[in-house]
Amino acid sequence: MPILEGHGITKHFGGLAAVSNVDFHIDQGEIVGLIGPNGAGKTTLFNLISAALPLSSGEIRFKGQKLNGLKPHRICKMGISRTFQETKVFGNMPVLQNVLVGAFFGTPTRISGADAAREASQALEFVGLSAMSMTPVKDLTLVSQKRVEVARALATKPELLLLDELMAGLNPAEVSEAMELVTKIRDKGITILMVEHVMKAIMGICERVIVLHHGEKIAEGTCNEISCNKTVIDIYLGEETRAGS
Amino acid sequence: MDIMGLFARHRKLLQVGSLALLLIFVATLPLYGKTFHINMVNLILMYVVLAVSWAMFSGSTGYMSLAPAASFGVGMYTMALLQYELPFPVIIVVGGLLSFMLALLTGLVTLRLKGMYFAIFTFGLIVFMARIVAYLESQIQHQRGQHIIQLDSSTIFYAMLGVVVVTVLVIYFIRRSRVGLAMQSIGGNEDAAEHMGINTTMVKVLTFAISSIFMGAAGVVMAPRLIYINADIAFSPVYSFMPIVMCIFGGMGQFHGPIIGAAVFGYLEKTLKSDLSTYFYLGFGIIMVAVILFLPNGIGGLIQMLQGKIGARLKLRKGGEAGQHANT
Repeated sequence: MPILEGHGITKHFGGLAAVSNVDFHIDQGEIVGLIGPNGAGKTTLFNLISAALPLSSGEIRFKGQKLNGLKPHRICKMGISRTFQETKVFGNMPVLQNVLVGAFFGTPTRISGADAAREASQALEFVGLSAMSMTPVKDLTLVSQKRVEVARALATKPELLLLDELMAGLNPAEVSEAMELVTKIRDKGITILMVEHVMKAIMGICERVIVLHHGEKIAEGTCNEISCNKTVIDIYLGEETRAGS
Repeated sequence: MDIMGLFARHRKLLQVGSLALLLIFVATLPLYGKTFHINMVNLILMYVVLAVSWAMFSGSTGYMSLAPAASFGVGMYTMALLQYELPFPVIIVVGGLLSFMLALLTGLVTLRLKGMYFAIFTFGLIVFMARIVAYLESQIQHQRGQHIIQLDSSTIFYAMLGVVVVTVLVIYFIRRSRVGLAMQSIGGNEDAAEHMGINTTMVKVLTFAISSIFMGAAGVVMAPRLIYINADIAFSPVYSFMPIVMCIFGGMGQFHGPIIGAAVFGYLEKTLKSDLSTYFYLGFGIIMVAVILFLPNGIGGLIQMLQGKIGARLKLRKGGEAGQHANT
């Protein structure tokens, strides 16, 4: 049963269709990859799901409930949380407090201070940042800041997590760590939709991949299907990859 | 055990103790102080209300509000119009509530604006309020300005002290509450705050309106000191700029920053402006430039830095002692 479904999702910026007529579904417990060349509309799709932008037309349903017209904070409380391509952290606050914000405000029910603190430190431990909990986030490396975002998102107790280029700019060892982290999150029962350019990560952990190009969905399927799909190879992976494989 | 160690251990007690002493000193001032000094402290208390309220909203959310003068002026006019109708303490509450309503309306319309647009709109609000009040005054009452019966200075003083105590307590707890955390995250990154489940519009509008309550109440209390007010006096932009200057000077990172700023500039205004008004603005300008250049976190930030340095030196000394013990 799909946890998230989109029908005819369209977003216009003036005359430009950033996303046009995209249908998709994500099943409970999956890790789904969202790929496509720069400007394909991946982040726009994320922004539409998390309600950072209003839809031009179409509809998105989360567990059968329509999301159209809701504000981002409502979406978060319903159980969809996200990270950002360009990290959006609370720079002057310590790491722990960043995560506390998620724990305090992200859940639909009011949570006590003690519970929020426990949730936050658990989330920090989960992403491996316990040692830095008192450091102001702006003093952290980009890699760690992205982990703070993941911890903050997890503290909101999501059922669906949207990861926007978690692995951009990481070295191979860090990519492996991040892949492990994503799998661990899924094993907690959280469904994941991830935008990623690092193909190794996509191929390694995603059960299904959706490919966007110029705002349209051009392919969808398992990693194997996608890597053999001729259209995808031509427009996205390029000649070189075909030659190599 | 050295004295510094004692200080460090009982820091909380010391803070509360010195605060209580300060409060007792201020509260007993009318019993032995000269009128000049009572009026000076009264002015400082008024600026404490304005600066602390301004820092609560603008300092934490990063939305630069120039609206304090609008709230303050509403308070003053509330006093002028209701002085024969209601007892003084009730007018203080009514003035606060009217400012709350005005800020609520303004907030609902404008808090979708960001950065400079919000600042300019709130500045426009002061000008608008001044003109509309002056117009209504001339149309309805056929007069310019309002006379307010003088109250004796210790009544005004204690009323202002009461407003200060309530303001400081309420804002202290708001800053420590989850609403305070929400405001801080809006200042840190509004998009992220919204996506983490914070209803940012509601938090902004509500806290903006709450901060106006205190400014309005301060306006009510201050009105009888002026005896005569008109729209240009009540809605003078000075009441918007002074709190901001005080917050920058004192530093907004700590709770006591704006209070320090209010004390210093209130003192300067009273001592320099009365006979050397040019020197006041000259000194004012020089101090501001120096603070912005050399102390970006204000006096509060400077104190924190010095505390950190002393703390580090203490630790170093202790570490040295421990090392010696280990050697023997």
